[in-house]
Amino acid sequence: MANIRKIARRTFLIGSAAIAGGVAFGVYQLRKDAPNPLVAGAGEAVLTPFILLNQDGVTVIAPRAEMGQGVQTTLAALVAEEMDVAWADITVLHGPPAQAYYNQALLGIALPFRHYADTDFRHSLRQGIGQIGKLLHLQVTGGSTSMKDGYERMRHAGASAREALKLAAAAQLGVAASDLRTADSHVIAPDGTRIAYTALAEAVRDIDLPDVELRPRSEWKYLGKSMPRVDMLAKATGTAQFAGDVQIEGMQFATVRINPKRAGMVSYDDTAARTMDGVTAVIDLGDGIAVVASNTWLAMQAAQAVDIVWQDAAYPAETAGMMAAIAAAFDLEPNSTVRDDGDVTAAIEGTEIVAEYTVPFLAHATMEPMNATALFTGDRLEIWTGNQAPVMTRDKCAAVAGIAPEAVTVHTTLMGGGFGRRAETDYSVQATRIAAALPGTPIRMTWTREEDMRHDFYRPAAMARFRGVVADGAAQLIDGQIAAPSVFQQSSFRQMGQVPPGPDRAHVEGAADQPYGVPNFRITGHLADLAVPVGFWRSVAASFNGFFLDTFIDEMAHAAGTDPLQFRLALAEREHAPSAGVIRAVGEMCGWTGRNTRQYRARCGVLSFLRDRHRTGGRGRGHRARHPH
Amino acid sequence: MASVAMVVNGKSITREVEGRTLLVDFLRDDLRLTGTHVGCDTSQCGACVVHVNGQSVKACAMFAIEADGAEVATIEGQANKDGSLNVIQQAFQDHHGLQCGFCTPGMVMTAAALLKENPKPTEAEVRSYLEGNICRCTGYHNIVKAIMAASGQDVTAIAAE
Ligand code: FES
Ligand code: FES
Repeated sequence: MANIRKIARRTFLIGSAAIAGGVAFGVYQLRKDAPNPLVAGAGEAVLTPFILLNQDGVTVIAPRAEMGQGVQTTLAALVAEEMDVAWADITVLHGPPAQAYYNQALLGIALPFRHYADTDFRHSLRQGIGQIGKLLHLQVTGGSTSMKDGYERMRHAGASAREALKLAAAAQLGVAASDLRTADSHVIAPDGTRIAYTALAEAVRDIDLPDVELRPRSEWKYLGKSMPRVDMLAKATGTAQFAGDVQIEGMQFATVRINPKRAGMVSYDDTAARTMDGVTAVIDLGDGIAVVASNTWLAMQAAQAVDIVWQDAAYPAETAGMMAAIAAAFDLEPNSTVRDDGDVTAAIEGTEIVAEYTVPFLAHATMEPMNATALFTGDRLEIWTGNQAPVMTRDKCAAVAGIAPEAVTVHTTLMGGGFGRRAETDYSVQATRIAAALPGTPIRMTWTREEDMRHDFYRPAAMARFRGVVADGAAQLIDGQIAAPSVFQQSSFRQMGQVPPGPDRAHVEGAADQPYGVPNFRITGHLADLAVPVGFWRSVAASFNGFFLDTFIDEMAHAAGTDPLQFRLALAEREHAPSAGVIRAVGEMCGWTGRNTRQYRARCGVLSFLRDRHRTGGRGRGHRARHPH
Repeated sequence: MASVAMVVNGKSITREVEGRTLLVDFLRDDLRLTGTHVGCDTSQCGACVVHVNGQSVKACAMFAIEADGAEVATIEGQANKDGSLNVIQQAFQDHHGLQCGFCTPGMVMTAAALLKENPKPTEAEVRSYLEGNICRCTGYHNIVKAIMAASGQDVTAIAAE
C-alpha cells in the first residue's frame, strides 16, 4: 500500500503552476479547459490526469470518491484493462479538487426520462440540458454517474498510456512500436525482451500521448469480471484511513452543537464548559457553538454543558405541520408534467381507484458520523475530509478561511458511508472555521451520532395522490401527483446561490419514467415550500416514487382481479419490449405462480431489475440489484 | 492522570491517561490503533468492538483504566503471524462482506467472539449475535454469509449478493 498522503503531497500541486511540469496528452488534449493538476516528480511520468507512473508502480488517480460502492476498484480496472497493468501492481488515490475531474455524466441526471425511448422527450431533454449545464463545473461523486462518466475516459487514459509506453520502449530497443506488445505491466519485444513499465517512467515523460481506439469487449480481461477490491485489505485489517483517523502532532479535538431547528442562537452561556479541565476554547459559530478540548469525549461533554437559547425554526415545529405544508403543494400549479400520455381528463369506463401515500423524512445515518480534520496556518488550509464534492469543499472552506482556493489542500479520504450526505460541505466548513479560530493547531472535529441525525439533509418526506381506472383486467388510466420539497432546488441554492429555472425532473424520477404503457398516464410534480433541509440520498426521489407508483399498480392489479406480474407485463409490452422481457424472465427465474411470501420477494426482484434497466438506458443486463450510493 | 498497563495485540504497553479516557479513545488516539471505529459513542453501533480478556466489549462503553492489567485484542492484531488475513477477514474479502468498511472491524471482532463460543452457528444464530453491530451499507447479507463461510460451512446455498 502506498502512503496516500505522502504521494498526494508530493504530487498534487494545485493551480496554474501545476500545468508547467505535467506531461499532458490523450484525454487531456481534448479538454484544454481542464489542466492536468498532477505534477511529475523526479523519475515520474504523469500520463493524463488519471495515471501516475514511477519506480513503485502505477497509481490510478481516481476522479471519484470511495464510500463503499467500490468505484475506485472499477475505475482502476478500466485503466488497467487498456494499459495492461497487473492487478496487484495498482494503487489508487483520490485526486485533488480540479477541473480535470469534472463529472461529465452529471448531465445525465436531468435526462433520465424514459431512456428506453427518449426521442419522445426531446423537448424535455433540451430544457434539462439547460438546467443541468449550470452544474457542470462540479467534481462530484453522486447520481450513480461514476461509471457512465469514467467508462470511456478511464479506458482512453489507459490506452494512451500503453501506446506511449510502447513508443518509449521502441526508442530504447530500436524496434518499431507496432512490433511491441504489452502484458502484466511490461512492454514485450518480439525476441521476448521485457521492459517493466516502472523502468520506462523516465523515458515516457517526453512522449506525446497518442490517441488510440479502445479495445473491443471481446478482448477484455478485467472488465465484466468481479475484481478483488483495492480497498478490501486495508478495511479488513483496520489500516484504512478515514478522516477521523488522521493524527497530527499537537492536535486538539473538537465537536459542534448546532441549532437543531436550523436557525441561529438567541444567547448562550459557556461558563460551565470553560471551567472543565482540558477545554481549550468555545467558539461562537452563529448557529451554534464548537468546543475544542484535549479529547473528543471531553469536547462532547463540554458542548452539552453550554446553556444555549435557540432561535425558532423557519418551518413547522411538528411533523403534522410539515406534512400539511407538503399536502398544500397539491393545490399549486405543477412544476413538472413530464409524463402525459393520452388524456387523463377524458371520461373512461371502468373501476376507479384512488390512493394517497405518505413517506417520512429519512436521515442518511452514515456509520461514520460527520467529521473532518483541519489545519490552518494563517495563509494556508489543509483539510482531510471524506467528501463527495472536493471542488465545492475547497471553495467553501477557502471562503470561510478568507484565503484563495489555491491555498487550500483537500485530502479526500475514504468515507464511512456517504450516500449523498457527504456531497454537502457543512461539516468541512465547520472544521475550517474551528481551525481558523486557532491558527497553527490541528483540529479533528467529530460530530456526535445525535448531532449527525439532527443535522442531516434528509431524503424528503413526500406524498402522492393517485387516481386510476381499470377495465377488462387492465390499466386504462393513471393520474398521479407527487408532492415534496425539491432536493434539486434546495441543493442548487445551497451550493450555487441560485435555483435553476424549469421543471425539476429528479423530483418525479421513479414514477414518470417507468416503462408502463398505460393509455392515459400522467405524472405531475408539485414542489412543496418547506425549509426542512433536504439533500441527495440513495436513489433520491426514486426511493419514494418507485414505492408510490408500483404500490398503486398493485392496487390496480388487485382491483382488476389480475395477477400483479401479468398486469405489469401487459403494461410493459405496450411500452418497451426489453422491459417486458425482463419481467417475463424474472417471473420464470423465481417460479412465479401467484401470491405467497416467496413470490412477494420475487416481485421486489422484478422491480430492482427494472430500475437497473432504466438506469442503463435499457441496455443493462440487470442481473443484480445494486446499492446506489 | 493515572497509569494504565495492558497487553494490546500481544504487546505490553504502559501509558499515563486521564481517568475519564474511554478505552476506544485510548486505543485510537494514544496507541494510534485507528482500526477500532466510533459510530455512536453510546454503545449502540458496535463499530468499536474489541476483545478484553477474550470477551468482546464495546470500547466506547469502558474506561481505559478499567482495562488496566487486561489483554486487549483489536482488529490490527487479527491477521495471521505472516501478515496474511485470518479466516474471518479472508471470508469478508471473499464474500464481499463490506462496502465502506467502517463497521468491518467491529463485525470481524464480534464474529471472532461468536465463532469461539459457537464454532458452527446457524444463520439465525449469526444474525442474532450481530444484533449489536450496525452496518449501513451492506444489508448484512454478505456479512452473515462471510461469517458462515469462516466457520467452515458451505454457503453456496445462501443466495448471491
Ligand atoms: S461506538 Fe461503541 S458502540 Fe458505537
Ligand atoms: S460496510 Fe459500511 S457500514 Fe458496514
